[in-house]
Amino acid sequence: MPRPTSPLWTPRGASPQMSRRNLLRGLAVGGGLAAFPGLAACGSDSSGGSGSGSAGTATSLGSNFSDQVPQTALKDSIDAFIKARGIEVDVNTVDHEQFQENITSYLQGGPQDVYAWFAGYRMKFFADQGFAGDVSALWSGDMGSGYTDAFKQASTAADGKQYFVPFYYYPWAVFYRKSLFEEKGYTVPETLDDFTALCEEMQSDGLEPIGFADKEGWPAMGTFDVLNFRQNGYDFHVNLMAGEESWESDEVKGVFELWRDLLPYHQPDALGRDWLDTGADLLNKKVGMYYLGMFVGQAFTKAEDRDDLDFFVFPAVNDEFGTDTIEAPIDGWMMSPEPEEEEAAMKLLEWFGSAEGQEVYLKSDPNNVAANSDADTSSYNALQTKANELVASAGSITQYLDRDTRPDFASTVMIPSLQKFIQNPDDIDGLVADIEQQKQSIFV
Amino acid sequence: MSTKSVGSTSRRPRKRARLQRLTRTDKIVLVVLIGIPTLLHIALIWVPTIGSAILSFGNLGPLSGFTDVEWVGLENYKQIFEIYPPFWPAVRHNIIWLAFFLVVPTTMGLLLAYLIDKELKGSRLYQSAIFLPVVLSLALVGFIWELIYKQEGLLNGVIGVFVENFDRDWLASSGNLYAVLVAASWRHVGYVMILFLAGLKGVDPALREAAALDGASEWQVFRHVVFPALAPVNIVVLVVTIIESLRAFDIVFVINGGRNGLELLSVLVTQNVIGEASRIGYGSALAVILLVISMTVILPYLYKTFREDLVR
Repeated sequence: MPRPTSPLWTPRGASPQMSRRNLLRGLAVGGGLAAFPGLAACGSDSSGGSGSGSAGTATSLGSNFSDQVPQTALKDSIDAFIKARGIEVDVNTVDHEQFQENITSYLQGGPQDVYAWFAGYRMKFFADQGFAGDVSALWSGDMGSGYTDAFKQASTAADGKQYFVPFYYYPWAVFYRKSLFEEKGYTVPETLDDFTALCEEMQSDGLEPIGFADKEGWPAMGTFDVLNFRQNGYDFHVNLMAGEESWESDEVKGVFELWRDLLPYHQPDALGRDWLDTGADLLNKKVGMYYLGMFVGQAFTKAEDRDDLDFFVFPAVNDEFGTDTIEAPIDGWMMSPEPEEEEAAMKLLEWFGSAEGQEVYLKSDPNNVAANSDADTSSYNALQTKANELVASAGSITQYLDRDTRPDFASTVMIPSLQKFIQNPDDIDGLVADIEQQKQSIFV
Repeated sequence: MSTKSVGSTSRRPRKRARLQRLTRTDKIVLVVLIGIPTLLHIALIWVPTIGSAILSFGNLGPLSGFTDVEWVGLENYKQIFEIYPPFWPAVRHNIIWLAFFLVVPTTMGLLLAYLIDKELKGSRLYQSAIFLPVVLSLALVGFIWELIYKQEGLLNGVIGVFVENFDRDWLASSGNLYAVLVAASWRHVGYVMILFLAGLKGVDPALREAAALDGASEWQVFRHVVFPALAPVNIVVLVVTIIESLRAFDIVFVINGGRNGLELLSVLVTQNVIGEASRIGYGSALAVILLVISMTVILPYLYKTFREDLVR
């Protein structure tokens, strides 16, 4: 697949006039009309009724599964759905990063019947403003019994209804190669002191201890999050993300100070590298450890390398909180508020929410864990099993910095601020003052 | 003032006479030919521009409708000037970009055009080779130069022959703006060269010969004969360069999304308006600032050319 940015595969049942209209509308919204969301929203009202095919036999899907591994896996799951239910699915795949960047104009321009999105605050933000269809019926039906309360909570908007169907989740942890640890005699660290000692050891062995990449801007948020809730606990994380705690507080300054002390162990020049580059460095044993989501396994394409990949939870920093909080973002699906084929769309969503639909997906993309607790875990590899246990035993689960707070704050304030910190870790007071001022201008 | 009014009164009867000479069809054609472009121009350029300017005084969250604007006066501008960290770096980068473009690719382009105009052996080949990057989009130029500037890229490979363990990441470390400017200039030089080349072809060879016969040196011929004859082209190059510098966007956007040392005003507008954030009021305010800067650079030029036309 040469260019990941183009729609990569358009399977059966594609209706060209439909996608062209969406494209034109998307262009109009992305371009000059961006300044007039009211006008753009008017456009989406006219979308009903002109779809192709008879009722309940076809639906459409807006997907951000653009990397090769997830894309193939999703295709497998959809093919199984088409076979089982006899409903055609028109898939439109958009580059993962671009899908996120353009989500507002995408939603305003009339999304596909079902579209990919993330749980938590990020889902609520759109659902509360009427850009998602109510899927509570699925939650009160058979599908709902497969989910714990935490998942239901993460799928519920302010009005108490569910607008999200979880697909899978992936924990964030420190990933490493077992063979490297055996070869050098490293042991898994339990505390921060063990961790820094291990970093020193790796440095003297000529390794970069902690892999680090932040070209995309979001990976560094993971490091901030973990240091924050290890140091200050889950509740502080939630309140800070909700804009209720001050970024100039001693707690936040402490997090940045801790990070500053760990930075010398991080891979340098992080801003010029994306996570797949560092994933490859982990694979090639250039870096010793890498704190990232389980999707880092996508860099490990060979089976024997994959078996060699293992992880441990980020060590405890503050005894009060230990390691009870885990970051485990949930990815899933939402429905357009005005789907062309609501019945078919609900069936597709039910499939994605079912144990079966998730099992098929995970067979080709074993870098995640099924969200449905009824999913068969016997086919899980060691990593998936471990991840499943880790999340099940966690005291609290967070989504991610950019999923637990307002999107405008995360993208226009936190990305540049964290990159600035990485470039210049010494001016913490100035940095947090900047963040706090901007936060107050956004959380009004 | 008095001369002006005299001039206009004396001209008016003639104008009316000219209008009367037009037939009905002529008038319809005129209205259609002028009216349609004017309408398009107003609808596609002025309505969005004025719309942006109006929205810049409002607060519009992601996804909120046009009717939910909360008017905040100059608050957006105040925040941009006072607490938006990437703003001043972006202004500085735009100015550096403009200055660099006015100096480096322009002189390089002029030099290359002058050399090629001498019809050296193989000048056609050089001409095509130097012009080639111009047909590439700046985004593509960004991709190409990323391969050169990468840590394991071409440039470090070449330097690595002489210096051991050289692994500077050109696009991520400080000074990356200049690395990008070199890449952007690589493309812009060809454009400037072609413009100057066209201008040089139009310089009457007799002028040069006369100067040479009078004993002028090569430099003197260039300085006192050729360069003044290029004046109209100079203006075009100046305007093209200013426009290219102010609208610079795609190359930094493909390199790192326009962050970390590559902030430009155009990128900040996009990040605020188009991204998931969709702070439309805020982004519009940034766009208005960019518009004002562009105007202050372009207006004197327009004023000058229009006045010259009127004088003529």
